[in-house]
Amino acid sequence: MNCWQTLTDYGLRSIGIGERSLPKTDINICDQIVLIGSGMIWNVYFAAIALILGFFAATSLAFARNSSLSLVRIPASVFIFIMRGSPLFIQFFIVYETFVLLPKFGWNLNFGIIEITLETRWLTRAWLGALLVLFLNTTAYSAQIFYGALRSVPLGDIEAGRALGLSERQINKRIIWPTMLRLAWSSYTNEAIFLFHATALVFFSSFPAWQQKGDALYYASYFADKTFNPFVPYPIIAGYFILFTLFIIIIFGLINKKLNRHITKN
Amino acid sequence: MFDFCTDPNALESFSWWSCYLTTGKHINFYISFFVVFALLIVTVPLILIFAFAGALLRQSKILPLRWIGVIYTSMVRGVPDIIFFLFVPIALDQGIEYLRHKAKCSDWTETIRQGNDFVVCQAAKMPVGSSAQWIHETYGFFLAAFAFSIVFGAFAANTIYGALNSVPNAQLETGSAYGMTQRQVFMRIQLPQMWTYALPGLSNLWMILVKATPLLFLLGVEDIVYYAKELGGTKTARFTYPHADWRLGYFIVLLIFYLGLSWVSEKFFDHLTSKVSKGQATLSGSS
Repeated sequence: MNCWQTLTDYGLRSIGIGERSLPKTDINICDQIVLIGSGMIWNVYFAAIALILGFFAATSLAFARNSSLSLVRIPASVFIFIMRGSPLFIQFFIVYETFVLLPKFGWNLNFGIIEITLETRWLTRAWLGALLVLFLNTTAYSAQIFYGALRSVPLGDIEAGRALGLSERQINKRIIWPTMLRLAWSSYTNEAIFLFHATALVFFSSFPAWQQKGDALYYASYFADKTFNPFVPYPIIAGYFILFTLFIIIIFGLINKKLNRHITKN
Repeated sequence: MFDFCTDPNALESFSWWSCYLTTGKHINFYISFFVVFALLIVTVPLILIFAFAGALLRQSKILPLRWIGVIYTSMVRGVPDIIFFLFVPIALDQGIEYLRHKAKCSDWTETIRQGNDFVVCQAAKMPVGSSAQWIHETYGFFLAAFAFSIVFGAFAANTIYGALNSVPNAQLETGSAYGMTQRQVFMRIQLPQMWTYALPGLSNLWMILVKATPLLFLLGVEDIVYYAKELGGTKTARFTYPHADWRLGYFIVLLIFYLGLSWVSEKFFDHLTSKVSKGQATLSGSS
């Protein structure tokens, strides 16, 4: 089997398109590169969705934490403390166990309502359950970063806005929000990279991979087990991660440039 | 544990719990919390060694050495730590066995990599097949600790490299002007002052390290996650203490443990920061 054949057979294997059975004997380097790359689809999916949704949730949460209303501030601070103070690995377990227990509750409480049972079943699947954990985790970490930036928005800028007769709403939207993003952006880039790397943990999160549709690490450890040779699959997955990390750095760099376009350079 | 625990089925709730929570396996669970601290104690000195080696290599004047330093310190930015945790112990294990094989079994004619198998002679097995169970476990633990040290050493090397360069150059020049050698300038001026710049990064890293400790479970070490899974799983009536799936409860205990650890660490580092920045010409030092 040549490499092109492998690509068409296994290129989209991780989302269930193509050959059903994984290669078991005569595993060549092409199989490994293609299947691990196919698994990367899931890592990119988790990272992209969690980051995009997490960005909006985190900026709102940062404002909530900065709120003068203690009813808003305290829950936001507690959420951030719990998510930042505990390991992601444990969070995966807790959420998975909760979701596994949910259908039993759901069945008892809403006997006969099909919608509820369907929803809770999906929560135990990685595409939704693990995504939810990653989303909550990145929301908390990013919210802390944005909160720190929010606190260091120069007072003079806000006063200038007031002097120009902007309303509080306009000040929030036109001065505080963009300045906060600009100040936070380099730390936020790091958080995005960390989150992307954290998607590798989904493999161990006890959310099962259905019909061998796994993430990149699922296939990498599959090959490492089958061939007893860790020196091929792990460098391949490392290579993929380096590639996508560079991609994140470039995209976030472009956004950073846009956020800083009004700043005079020395 | 207690005398009245002989027949758990006959017990009322309070005494049932006091018996349940003191079974041999629960005692092992409590002891396994110390595995977390053991890992931290073993890895922190190793991390600092790797970090200094990495930072010094990176500012080495010899080009190949500098490349090694740059590759080492930047690899953790591109590759998830979890992949190193999976790769390094296996690679190290196979590497050690390969070397021992070469040294001890020179008359061995077969190749080591037979297709899908990794075969070395009996004498080269590490640890030797006949050794006790605890030796195997300790060996596994140290392989894991080594993997942690390599990864976090690279993170810390970045921090220390930055901190070494943050010490004002004028101070180093002053040292040279007083006739100190390069070594003296490094030991007496650069190194002691570096800590105040390195501390925010290192404290951050400590928090990440603490939160990475449950990953020990993935490396086959019987740590708190292992016991939480074991003890929490459903126990049928055949067991002495039957109960439903209590894993959620056990994991919440772990969550509280980690939250406490993070909270104590944060307080400690706040204290330390105010201590090292005393007398420094920075904003926090002057107040």
